[in-house]
Amino acid sequence: MIAGRGIRVRLGGRVVVDGVDVRADAGEVVALVGPNGAGKSSLLAALAGDLPAGGTVEVAGRELAAYRKVDLARLRAVLPQKAQLSFPFTVSEVVRMGRAPWAGRPESAQDDDAVDEALRRTETSSFAQRPFPALSGGEQARVSLARVLAQQTRILLLDEPTAALDLRHQELVLTVARERAEQGAAVVVVLHDLGLAAAYAGRVYVLADGRIRGSGPPAEVFTEELLSEVYQHAVEVLPHPHTGGPLIVPRRKL
Amino acid sequence: MRVDDDSGRIRATGSAPDEQAAAAPPAARDQAAVRRTAARGQSRRAAARGPDHRAGRVSGLVGGLVLGLVVVCLVAAGRGQVPISPGEVMGSLLHRAGLEIGPLPSAVQGENALWLVRFPRVILAVVVGAALGCAGALMQGVFGNPLAEPGVIGVSAGAAVGAAAAIVSGVTILGSWTTAGAAFAGGIVTTFLVYAMSRANGRTEVVTLVLTGVAVNATAGALLGLLMFLTDDDGVRAIAFWQLGSLAQATWGAVAVAGPCALAGLAVAAACARKLDLLALGEAPARHLGVDTERLRITAIVATALLTASAVAFTGIISFVGLVVPHLIRMVAGPGHRVLVPASALGGAIVVVSGDLLARTAIDYQELPLGVLTAVVGGPAFFWLLRRTRARAGGWG
Repeated sequence: MIAGRGIRVRLGGRVVVDGVDVRADAGEVVALVGPNGAGKSSLLAALAGDLPAGGTVEVAGRELAAYRKVDLARLRAVLPQKAQLSFPFTVSEVVRMGRAPWAGRPESAQDDDAVDEALRRTETSSFAQRPFPALSGGEQARVSLARVLAQQTRILLLDEPTAALDLRHQELVLTVARERAEQGAAVVVVLHDLGLAAAYAGRVYVLADGRIRGSGPPAEVFTEELLSEVYQHAVEVLPHPHTGGPLIVPRRKL
Repeated sequence: MRVDDDSGRIRATGSAPDEQAAAAPPAARDQAAVRRTAARGQSRRAAARGPDHRAGRVSGLVGGLVLGLVVVCLVAAGRGQVPISPGEVMGSLLHRAGLEIGPLPSAVQGENALWLVRFPRVILAVVVGAALGCAGALMQGVFGNPLAEPGVIGVSAGAAVGAAAAIVSGVTILGSWTTAGAAFAGGIVTTFLVYAMSRANGRTEVVTLVLTGVAVNATAGALLGLLMFLTDDDGVRAIAFWQLGSLAQATWGAVAVAGPCALAGLAVAAACARKLDLLALGEAPARHLGVDTERLRITAIVATALLTASAVAFTGIISFVGLVVPHLIRMVAGPGHRVLVPASALGGAIVVVSGDLLARTAIDYQELPLGVLTAVVGGPAFFWLLRRTRARAGGWG
């Protein structure tokens, strides 16, 4: 559905993504993980077409540059790391902005339903009429996700959607991402929490210093050797006593 | 104290809210204050009837503004050395339209006073006010900053430099359009200059924008001073007129030049409105929603320059209308540009027509400069806005 080949990004004279191949197919959640400064967000920005990047990005079989912006907006939605808003629009107005690409098309008949559904799914309906800037960081993050969901695209690029959230809402957000994938969407998500990545992603890419150090199902990729080396901190990987999935725990001197 | 996520209720936990707020760092305290106020205003009742409530307010606002503008225009056209009642003004208009309804002006020279002096002046005031109000709303949308305004950031001054250069050099290549054309050129150059200088990393900081405005206004002031030094007494008088701002030189010819420019600018602004809403999310998110942000910015900036130029070409600098009017509209109707842009145009027109009425009738046989009058009201309003913006963003965001 979305694929990048040989992606190379330079920022401020430094190569932050160095010849990376990634792809996400319909129906899967793909997580990008790695230490700070590994190039995860830059790689996602390159996939979104926000950064001038070497290599090629293909969206639904066509090169990214060949799309008109509005056609692309009906195909893929992007959740930024940090939400900003210049004027005090209400939550429901912000979520409705996600419907903008469908204006003047038959799909715009579903605007109300799409907005309601997105608000309900992110548990933001109760403050739909409050001004966005008056919300807490975690509430704003969920509203931004609601806006992205309301866009109803087949590709979702999410940059750290769980960063500002509590435990319950982290699980909620990734459950929503997984649901969207089960309905046929391709989801690429940047995550810091390896436990969340292991639980919700079908495949993960481990990045460090702008290169891919491992890729595949989390159970195969998340090994003690790789994670300890990449994060420069000793890490233990244990099987979960009930599910058998990998549990990632940093070694602590306590 | 915190706002409960799911119910919107406020719960106090631990120490009293104000003690906690006092212990928090200033930025957090401001944020907490904003959140508290917002939560108080937006009770669950408001959440339940929110959209209808706002829609009602919007139609009420637009209807009220249209009605207010008509009334203010009828009154303004009647007041002056030859008094004419609003009914007679209406009657004169209807008779010219071919309808024999209502009384004609009973005063000697009443018809002439209306059609040669008052109507062009009132209509030019409408054009100038609508252009300024709309330019303010448009510019604030493009900069993503509620303090952007042609006067504050120096675009009006840049346009005045262009016009003054045309007056002083005596160039008339464009005939009666020369001054307006030079003002437009000055306005557009200044707008792009301010835009380029005040943006960093895809956004415009309040402090950078305002300081850029200070620098641009200072430079424009120096250029105007230089032009005044170079020219003769008539030129000095013409340039001084520019800086004070007045509708005293309104003619049908001025209306014929400024009107179409302003209409074109208003049309472009209205067409951009929906995209400006999306731009509030930031550059990249707007692009992800299908907006060609670069094209939108350039279109909007050209429209702003067109509006500002049509506003200052015959009247000089009338400041703060574009700052205060959109702000008041936002407080009533919310920040959506599809209402904000036309409502700011209507509101701006009301302000300038009534301001001009006050300027020419407050003192017998004398005229106050309108620009001075709007600055007297607008200056303190700007001060208040600055304080408010600072409190809301928790700093010079």
